[in-house]
Amino acid sequence: MSTEHELTASSYIEHHLSFNVKQIADGAFWSVNFDTLIVSALLGIVTFGLLWLVVRSASAGVPTKRQAFVELLVEFIDEQVKGIFHGDRKAFVAPLALTVFVWVLVMNAMDFLPIDIMAWVYHHVFGQEKFRAVPTSDINTTFALALSVWFLMIFFSIKVKGLGGWIHELFCAPFGSNPLVWPANFLFNLIEYVSKPLSHSLRLFGNMYAGEIIFLLLGMWAATGLAGTIFGALLGAGWAIFHILIVVLQAFIFMMLTIVYIAMAHESH
Amino acid sequence: MNITLTIIAQALSFAILIWFTAKFVWPPLLAAIESRQKTIADGLADAERAKHDLDMAAKRSADILREAKDKAGEIVANGEKRASEIVEQAKAQAKVEGDRIVAGAKAEVEQEVFRAKEQLRTQVSAIALAGAGKILGREIDAKAHNDLLDKLAADL
Repeated sequence: MSTEHELTASSYIEHHLSFNVKQIADGAFWSVNFDTLIVSALLGIVTFGLLWLVVRSASAGVPTKRQAFVELLVEFIDEQVKGIFHGDRKAFVAPLALTVFVWVLVMNAMDFLPIDIMAWVYHHVFGQEKFRAVPTSDINTTFALALSVWFLMIFFSIKVKGLGGWIHELFCAPFGSNPLVWPANFLFNLIEYVSKPLSHSLRLFGNMYAGEIIFLLLGMWAATGLAGTIFGALLGAGWAIFHILIVVLQAFIFMMLTIVYIAMAHESH
Repeated sequence: MNITLTIIAQALSFAILIWFTAKFVWPPLLAAIESRQKTIADGLADAERAKHDLDMAAKRSADILREAKDKAGEIVANGEKRASEIVEQAKAQAKVEGDRIVAGAKAEVEQEVFRAKEQLRTQVSAIALAGAGKILGREIDAKAHNDLLDKLAADL
């Protein structure tokens, strides 16, 4: 934060909540949040690259600590998937769950980085005036993930039941196949199909965004004087520690919902 | 607004977070990893030992089997030897017994022959007297010719 113009509370928050927008073409839609893109991609490459490195040198004998950690992670996720999805989970669903969990977890974990120190680094090292480091507090990220899961859900629904079966289910579940209740069924399913990606993405976004706001408020308090600095630091630490839970929990919930939605798509009514 | 203080506060809270993680988050995670490592290592060691034990047991059972076979062969050989011995003994005994029976029979036959001869001797004189009486047409006085008859019987 070494801006020349005078800092106020709103400009502080606004600065931290502004994306690094790169305009691709005319129109509000044709822009990308460069920070979200670059951080999520980098995190994905680094994390899954590390996983790949560990897995590549995996041995059947006594595992190294890194391999044991990855094994614990994979086993944990496989256990979750086994409990919900009853089918050939190794083909797609378990790897999907692992990807979602790990990626969302590391993206959430960017919230731990102290915002103003990172802002200084972004500004002085990378020359970026605006940079938001938590991809999951960008609604574009969470919606992209949720919509991908949504399309997978529809894809598996059609794959398992056939196009006819899927349409039949749209009109004949949950109230029955009487033509009189077809509109009610369809409306019900429509609401379900709309609410699934909304709740899926907004839950994650809301949690991470709220977490960021609280860090910002504590940062503002820290700037008000020595007492503010001390309490801001202590509360910031407390919130960060509590955030460990939120970061893991939200990643876990996102993964569980992904599995549940895909598993539901496999079941016919 | 003093940004320097904010940065100090954030650095402080970040330090506390790192301390917390190092103190309370990392150890249980590491403990889980290490216990897993230990479980796997123990399992592999157990498997190795079990395999070794199995090899030993197989070797020992093969030894015992071979020993038993050897012993069985020995017993069979002994049995065969003993059987042939018994047969030989029985044969010898049978021969002795047979010889004895044959000898007894021979003696009996000789005795029988002797008795028959004796009987014949006693009867031959009567027959001779009867035959001579018939030829001479009269009674021969046995007493008168007794010495002649005795001579005849002795010649038989």
